[in-house]
Amino acid sequence: MSENVYIAGIGVISAIGSGVNDTLESLEKHQAGIGAITTVDTIHKERLPVGEVKHSNAELAGLTGLPESMSRTALLSMIAAKEAYDDARLNEMARFRIGFVSANTVGGMDKTEDFFSPFLSNPASGGRLRNVVHHECGSVTEVVADQLGVKDFVTTISTACSSSANSIFFGARLIKHEKLDIVIAGGTDALTKFTINGFNTLQILDEQPCTPFDENRRGLNLGEGAGYIVLMSERAVRELGKDCYCSLSGYSNANDAHHQTASSPNGQGSYLAMKNALKQAGLQISDIDYINLHGTGTANNDISEGTAIQRLFDPNYPRMSSTKSFTGHTLGASGGIEAVFAALAIRYGIVYPNLRLTTRMEALPFTPEKNFLKNQQIKHVLSNSFGFGGNCSSLIFSTV
Amino acid sequence: MKLYIRATGNISPQNTFGQSSLSGDIIEYNTNRLRSIEPDYSKLIDVKLIRRMSRIIKMGVAAGLQCLQEAGVSNPDAIITGTAYGCLEDTGVFLQKMVQNKEEMLTPTAFIQSTHNTIGAQIALLLKCNGYNNTFVHRGFSFESALLDAMMLLEEQEVTNVLVGGVDEITDYSFGITNRFGLFKKKISSNLDLFSTASKGSIAGEGAAFFLLKMQSSDHDYAVLESMHTFYKPADNKEIQDTIQTFLNGLSLSMNDIDIVLCGRNGDVNGDRIYDHLNGTTFDGTSVVHYKHLCGEYPTSTGFALWLASGIVKIGSVPDAIQRSSKKPVKRILIYNHYEMIHHSLMLVSAC
Repeated sequence: MSENVYIAGIGVISAIGSGVNDTLESLEKHQAGIGAITTVDTIHKERLPVGEVKHSNAELAGLTGLPESMSRTALLSMIAAKEAYDDARLNEMARFRIGFVSANTVGGMDKTEDFFSPFLSNPASGGRLRNVVHHECGSVTEVVADQLGVKDFVTTISTACSSSANSIFFGARLIKHEKLDIVIAGGTDALTKFTINGFNTLQILDEQPCTPFDENRRGLNLGEGAGYIVLMSERAVRELGKDCYCSLSGYSNANDAHHQTASSPNGQGSYLAMKNALKQAGLQISDIDYINLHGTGTANNDISEGTAIQRLFDPNYPRMSSTKSFTGHTLGASGGIEAVFAALAIRYGIVYPNLRLTTRMEALPFTPEKNFLKNQQIKHVLSNSFGFGGNCSSLIFSTV
Repeated sequence: MKLYIRATGNISPQNTFGQSSLSGDIIEYNTNRLRSIEPDYSKLIDVKLIRRMSRIIKMGVAAGLQCLQEAGVSNPDAIITGTAYGCLEDTGVFLQKMVQNKEEMLTPTAFIQSTHNTIGAQIALLLKCNGYNNTFVHRGFSFESALLDAMMLLEEQEVTNVLVGGVDEITDYSFGITNRFGLFKKKISSNLDLFSTASKGSIAGEGAAFFLLKMQSSDHDYAVLESMHTFYKPADNKEIQDTIQTFLNGLSLSMNDIDIVLCGRNGDVNGDRIYDHLNGTTFDGTSVVHYKHLCGEYPTSTGFALWLASGIVKIGSVPDAIQRSSKKPVKRILIYNHYEMIHHSLMLVSAC
């Protein structure tokens, strides 16, 4: 077993920018990406704000070299994965065993939706088959793996909103077990009618820009995007001869085992995930400098996550914030996008603001950070991702 | 590293549920769609819950619970599932209503249950299991990835047992669509003729196969899972042969040590050329048997293959259903499968 796993490259696309530089600029300027739906043809357009990537499929296709007819999930994935690939100069690392471990929640559903209406009217020949070719989650991953030329290992994880935290965690273990030297890990999800309507039936969508961890929070805004990090073994890092952003020092997954969609009142799953990630990293709670919250903005998530944090950290709370106030909840991409934010927080010594927070939650003794803080000493970042089915994952990123 | 298969649970188009190995007559199908034979779920799951669950969730949960029951494990340390398509029925229901009702009057149940990790999550919820829970959704690697995760977890020594399974279902929608891609034969008189009908396509299958894996052996184990390997889009037959050789070398074995090869031949003339080539080269001189006439073709069919292989080495001989008139003792089985010529996997199963 190899000991440490390093982060040698990052790539991101979301409602607040395409690429790391754009994204950082938006974060610093408190510029959220939440607005009206423009790319999805839905009756909820006027009512539900979302965090949409500000590029059409044609533009994304132009940037990636993939066809415009491709699922937006794959197009977004390609943009962020390629940025991470280039950042870690993987074209020079061909002699190493490279894997691609991605995640998403609904695969090429955006195209399946186009197919389904004509298919229902005429099952024998209605709808274009090219629109369902990439329905499977794994198929979206393969489009990108093939475009990047990665073939030593590919797989896909889907555990709802914690999907890409789990793909990062799995990728790191593949390196520790010396199955691979390098893994591009993260996730992607595009906005679809399926997810917009699905979350709408759950009545947990905010009709205004979301306010995570506010006493008067109303729900979440869906978002879209992709985020990937390049994980490397110590040996590969030495060969690369480049400074890494940080290491992935801890990770854990636990199941809340409370309800299919709701989190338990005492946040047992999230508590266990955070506690075991700390234990695995060999860190004390006082070592954590910043928590990137799951912080969806729903009544249920924020009190459950907050209670778990209180149980673990009270009375010494690190700085924390939910960057979903910028990007919206990008579902299967969120763990990957927020891993990129964690890497940047460590590299530049920054803490991100939790936007639109006005009233502290009465039940919790802490307030998330409201300002963009620079020149901080950020050695260890805890990043939370929780999903349907009680799936709770925590990752810890540490300075090297 | 050796892992012990302590218990199994398998719902498939054959009478496999509650059975440790394939026995009795094979069920014959005269269509190109093989359906799972579903057990009486009320013996394992609360009737109120059964009513809410779609077919794949019932199959997955029941196969998982049956496996745990056999192992005498009330709460596993980890639950890992592989499913290429996920909960297709719930996905189809929500999509259909969304299209037909023009996004109005929708209810959340189908959406909630369409999530790919629903099976693993439901097992955890029923058992109040707070342990590690993961779901892999990578086409013909879904079950193999779950198995790899389980093997690594056990090696990390954070857990002592893992419940791992592969589950996929066919629905009317998915069957209609995959048929249009030409994945299945237009006509077939019997699944028993699968390997003698030289035409394009296979027969559609489905199933749920779960395993309880442990690091420690016991007196009741089925088999030892010695190793597993996947490879993606090999360039040519030579790369496939070389990979099989390297896999065996890594275990200090040669083909002479293998009693039978259990192959994923599925009756499709194009895909079966790979098996034909191997029969004349790498597998030459070794007894080769097949399993997809029993369960049909689906992305997680290697779960069925692992169940079959585990049962064979436990009993020590090959059932007539897959090889008549061979009573040679079987102690070591190599499983080789490819899904759509893209996803290739190898497993080595041996007697305890």
